[in-house]
Amino acid sequence: MNTDNNISEAHRYAHAEADMTKGKIWKVFFYLLGLTALEFLIALGFVETGLIEKGTAVIVVYIILTILKAYYIVAYFMHLKFEKKGMIIMLGMPLALLVYLIVLVFIEGQYLGQWLFK
Amino acid sequence: MSATISKLDEVKTGPWSGGTSPFKVEYGKIMMWLFLLSDVFTFTGFLVLYGAQRMFIQDTWPNPDVVFQSIPGITDTGAPLVFVGIMTFILIVSSVTMVLAVEAGHRNSKKEVVTWMILTILGGLTFLGCQALEWSHLHHAGFWFGAIPDAYQGEQAMGATQFSSYFFAITGFHGFHVTVGIILNIIILLMTVNGVFERRGTYLMIEKVGLYWHFVDLVWVFVFTFFYLV
Repeated sequence: MNTDNNISEAHRYAHAEADMTKGKIWKVFFYLLGLTALEFLIALGFVETGLIEKGTAVIVVYIILTILKAYYIVAYFMHLKFEKKGMIIMLGMPLALLVYLIVLVFIEGQYLGQWLFK
Repeated sequence: MSATISKLDEVKTGPWSGGTSPFKVEYGKIMMWLFLLSDVFTFTGFLVLYGAQRMFIQDTWPNPDVVFQSIPGITDTGAPLVFVGIMTFILIVSSVTMVLAVEAGHRNSKKEVVTWMILTILGGLTFLGCQALEWSHLHHAGFWFGAIPDAYQGEQAMGATQFSSYFFAITGFHGFHVTVGIILNIIILLMTVNGVFERRGTYLMIEKVGLYWHFVDLVWVFVFTFFYLV
């Protein structure tokens, strides 16, 4: 009985989302590949050869590229972009709050380091 | 006895009163999303701790370009990022083959689902193999949980010890997730081959396991940036 219910529920939502076509999937793949290639270009082409000093600016660029890659995976591969707005908010809000945690802990870590070693 | 039904006894059908899913998503899929959200917290916990420690001992942290500069079987020095680049590429490709399996499932095409699932599993196994090579290389170089090569002395030793332990703990936990993902993939591959989803009429299970597999890829994107690039 219970399994029957699950199956009929599964049927109800099974064909609700067929908007990721093969063409789109490969397009997102090449975006991801391009972003990774860009990271390698910066790391091996610019930083390794000494054209750019490895500092805060480079790290910020790396992090932006990483978040962009994460966005493409979550939005298109995991299909979140095509879900209902309520679900996007439910899953997105905790992630936004995590940014707050990260900033706090990093500031604290840096302060502790300076206080101990300098 | 009255024939009219009171307001309270009416069957409710609205999305926020138990009639249908408010998110128009099947129960199991929502549960998978919530599990992944909790897993995000776990990995964030690890990476935040790693980041804070690294901020804490910035000056003596080992340079990743020096630690990771070998391609197992080809060269031991002078090739930073190349091997991990190959690993990243393999994982992204296996993520793509997984979406293609999900897409084939939408069209109820059993044969295509089987093909893409086999490719996904192969990608996952290749990634794990690469990680095993990377681990054994670093282990031979002297890195392990709490252990570092003799080259790091004095103040340098503190950063190196932290780096080494964090590297093995976090990539190990990620590798464990990949292993679980491969097992799940094999299970649903066998179910597809046996025609379970065909009889059920929907390949939704591929989608749920697919979510998990993409999450593994997602975590690697962050591990790659924070261990190898930064």
